[in-house]
Amino acid sequence: MATDIIIHDEKDNVGVVVIDKITPKQDCACWIMENDKTIQIQSVDEIQLGHKIAMIDLNEGDTILKYGHDIGKVVKSIKKGEHVHVHNVKTKKW
Amino acid sequence: MEIPKNFLGYKRENGRVGTRNHVIILPVDDISNACAEAVANNIKGTMALPHSYGRLQFGADLDLHFRTMIGTGKNPNVAAVIVIGIEPKWTKRIVDEIAKTGKPVEGFHIERTGDIGTIMKASKKAQEFAMWASEKQREECPLSDLWISVKCGESDTTSGLAANPTVGNLMDKLEPLGVHLCFGETSELTGAEKVCATRGATPEASEKFMKTWSDYNDFILKEATDDLSDSQPTAGNIAGGLTTIEEKAFGNFQKIGNCKFIDVLEPAEEPTKGKGLYFMDTSSAAAECITLQAAAGFNIHLFPTGQGNIVGNPIEPVVKLTANPLTVKGMGEHIDCDVSKILSREMTMSEAGDELIKSMIRVANGRLTCAESLGHKEFVMTKLYRSA
Repeated sequence: MATDIIIHDEKDNVGVVVIDKITPKQDCACWIMENDKTIQIQSVDEIQLGHKIAMIDLNEGDTILKYGHDIGKVVKSIKKGEHVHVHNVKTKKW
Repeated sequence: MEIPKNFLGYKRENGRVGTRNHVIILPVDDISNACAEAVANNIKGTMALPHSYGRLQFGADLDLHFRTMIGTGKNPNVAAVIVIGIEPKWTKRIVDEIAKTGKPVEGFHIERTGDIGTIMKASKKAQEFAMWASEKQREECPLSDLWISVKCGESDTTSGLAANPTVGNLMDKLEPLGVHLCFGETSELTGAEKVCATRGATPEASEKFMKTWSDYNDFILKEATDDLSDSQPTAGNIAGGLTTIEEKAFGNFQKIGNCKFIDVLEPAEEPTKGKGLYFMDTSSAAAECITLQAAAGFNIHLFPTGQGNIVGNPIEPVVKLTANPLTVKGMGEHIDCDVSKILSREMTMSEAGDELIKSMIRVANGRLTCAESLGHKEFVMTKLYRSA
């Protein structure tokens, strides 16, 4: 089955779109690299190749996990299936 | 895949092996660039390496300048060197150090002679060197003679998903064969620094890494006028889907696979602890980083990119790979190894690692890289602080 989204680690709460783009309400197949499992998600937003999708609902202050590690904090709440990027996530470093 | 045991390289006087056979005209300082370029224009088969520095530097910054100049001349991809400086003292210091490798090297200074007289004298010697070097033949050498440096650029999420882990796969397969390996990019490990520190082969290596990273971070905190979000990640990184420096750092870190680093090197410092992986304190700007790694003696470079960084180096061939299908489609003339099928799951990471090993060995044997064929030879010195 074609893969639309790749997730690095089972703990991750975001996945990466690996086709040209996904469109709203698309049923997407997500492959988890770490354990070779495939799960499904329905998208909310249009999301381009290389950009991230929220795998669960996320609240302000939550930590984004990718590679199984902390890659930043949520600054504006995000619904499952929405686009995750600089408009709703910021670094914890600076 | 059975990994080839040998490649065809140029054996040098000091036992090192080159993947290239360059005769370089090395200016000691910025004002000697014109003279060096004139000599390279006169004599075919030579190449000038113009740069912007070399005057009024002092302390650690001057030490780094000399280390980069001398290391570039000593690199086994260089057969012979003409050094040209404005005055004799610094010129001789560089010549004397390069001469320790046993390769032909001669220095010229411009004061009291002028450009035209210097160009004439240096051109005669450059012609002799170029014709001598042209008779050198490639010979079969063990893969362990490869010193492989890595750096990623214009990264996006496909870098962390596929192109960087492909380099990591290559490292995991080649490290047991006795190659030297080097990664750097102190600033772009920010966010993954604690995890990176756990990959030191000894407690000393881990501590040295954390000190190097902390020194960098203290400098950023002292000098930064904003939160660096305009530079880290870059606009290209953000367009490609990378959101934070932490995300970029964990992607970056995939390049070393499961290897552990045995030592931490100063910028342009030659490794002395034998085979294995080294971390070098470098800038994360592509041309600066590769220039430092080449000056430390690395003879072939692997460069994973996402959005399509186009960098090359004059003496160290830069093999580029990408997993981004849009980059392959839009700017394929820059890509030596296409691993985009990882994303569509038509290629495994191990198959991608094998493809990269094959591409790298072809380049080590003499195949031009995309960057070489397009004339990319970015030689960029790292300057630590203002001049005296």
